Amino acid sequence: MRPPLHALLLLIALLALPMAAQAQLYQVPGANSPTTKEQVPLYVPQDDKVIGRVSIPDEKLAVLIQPEGREWREWRSHTLRLAIGGLAIGMTAVLAIFFLYRGTIRIHGGKSGRLVLRFNWLDRFAHWTTAVSFLALALTGVIVTFGRPLLIPLIGHQAFTPLAEVSKSIHNFVSVPFVVGLLMILALWLRDNIPEKADWLWIRTAGGLFSKAGGHHPEAGRFNAGQKMVFWSIVLGGMAMAATGYLMMVPFAFSGIGGMQILHVIHGLVAAGLIAAVIGHIYIGTIGMEGAFDAMGCGEVDENWAMEHHRRWYQEQLRKGYVENRHPAE
Amino acid sequence: MARMKFLCDAERCIECNACVTACKNEHEVPWGINRRRLVTLNDGQPGERSISMACMHCNDPPCAAVCPVDCFLQTEDGVVLHSKDLCIGCGYCFYACPFGAPQYPRTTDFGSRGKMDKCTFCAGGPEPDGSVEEYQKYGANRLAEGKLPLCAEMCSTRALMAGDGAVLADIYQERSLRRGYGSGAPGWSTAYGRNDRGSAFAPGGPSTGGA
Repeated sequence: MRPPLHALLLLIALLALPMAAQAQLYQVPGANSPTTKEQVPLYVPQDDKVIGRVSIPDEKLAVLIQPEGREWREWRSHTLRLAIGGLAIGMTAVLAIFFLYRGTIRIHGGKSGRLVLRFNWLDRFAHWTTAVSFLALALTGVIVTFGRPLLIPLIGHQAFTPLAEVSKSIHNFVSVPFVVGLLMILALWLRDNIPEKADWLWIRTAGGLFSKAGGHHPEAGRFNAGQKMVFWSIVLGGMAMAATGYLMMVPFAFSGIGGMQILHVIHGLVAAGLIAAVIGHIYIGTIGMEGAFDAMGCGEVDENWAMEHHRRWYQEQLRKGYVENRHPAE
Repeated sequence: MARMKFLCDAERCIECNACVTACKNEHEVPWGINRRRLVTLNDGQPGERSISMACMHCNDPPCAAVCPVDCFLQTEDGVVLHSKDLCIGCGYCFYACPFGAPQYPRTTDFGSRGKMDKCTFCAGGPEPDGSVEEYQKYGANRLAEGKLPLCAEMCSTRALMAGDGAVLADIYQERSLRRGYGSGAPGWSTAYGRNDRGSAFAPGGPSTGGA
């Protein structure tokens, strides 16, 4: 994969300090003096950062030359687009193939018509705050990243600038509800997302995703291993996005130009991963599985769905008396 | 047409800051923005040199390549200009620029930096030459009046030169031959050492020059 390689190269280049560039400045006429005009060097190879001193208040301008901008340019112009576009399209293609193979995963026992509360209003508020914010952030980010090759040829420069300007503002300001939602999710669901032994079975059998017969779900608590993976990618990835994003919003507050470039690379790579993960999450929560959307839609799921997908959680609800026990014989 | 370039002879620069002041005055540059600046290397040590630096108007401008709204253009003289009407102040050009040329009027306003400002080679912007709008947004357009950038015209030691790159190179080589040493033209390999790559950058005008 190219993106990590580029990030690494950028890091190495940024850590290299200027040495050779300054050696040439100790010069006096001597045996090596040029004897013809052609011998006078114009193009001295310059691959190191050159930093001096400035007498103006803007200290970041003491960086005279930063050739690392080239690597960042390559990242911004090509690698970033490949990472985001490639992962998003790749994920969509995989899901399309999976959908053709498996179709919508049905409730094996059919709908019972009896409902059990899965997510209360606070759960759903936290989820949809994060979800809507994430979609707004992803969409505006994609507009700024891909607008030049994809949208400018369609709508022209004059129309794209206001769109990009609004996108940039939305991207900056919607980060606040995103972080609020993220913290709520963390507080509400952390307890149910601690990895446990049962998750191994789920991962080994891929959650029964590929068993067409259905009904062979490994037992799961409130969240199965797949949902736990989504939870941790969103929480940890979202935190990384927020940290790098806010640091870029206060340019040069904590680092020089090299640090800013690294922040942007991290922000882009995590964004690519999160967008792909969320595409998968949306798929399985909507057309991928019958009855799954109700959990976040109205908050209540069908009892048969709960029994098939989260039997241990369902039994807990039974024990706690949240569900009327209609199967005394079992 | 000539390929316009800057050349700063570090052996001659005495760090008087006249170029910086001239630029600020000529273009009514707002507070906090430095289109041109002086950087001193090895300050207080043997081999101390000062270099006057601004936008070098690269052959293959990284700023133009990374701009999300495609607001840059390159004139037939190789001067890199930008449109403040299109700029959204995202700051990407500063990430990519090897010389730290792009400047922003604001830095702490929750990511809102205002329209980017940079050296125009005293050539204004995309507006009609000499118009009021052009002056207000980009400063004076001396090139359209047949004059060279004021920073170089002001330079008392002729360290900073602006004009046809071939002529500058000739003067610099002649000068270095006579004094017996030269330091290489600072920034030239970075700015002019590469020919257009073509793929990432399609400027309004044909870009000119090369190594």
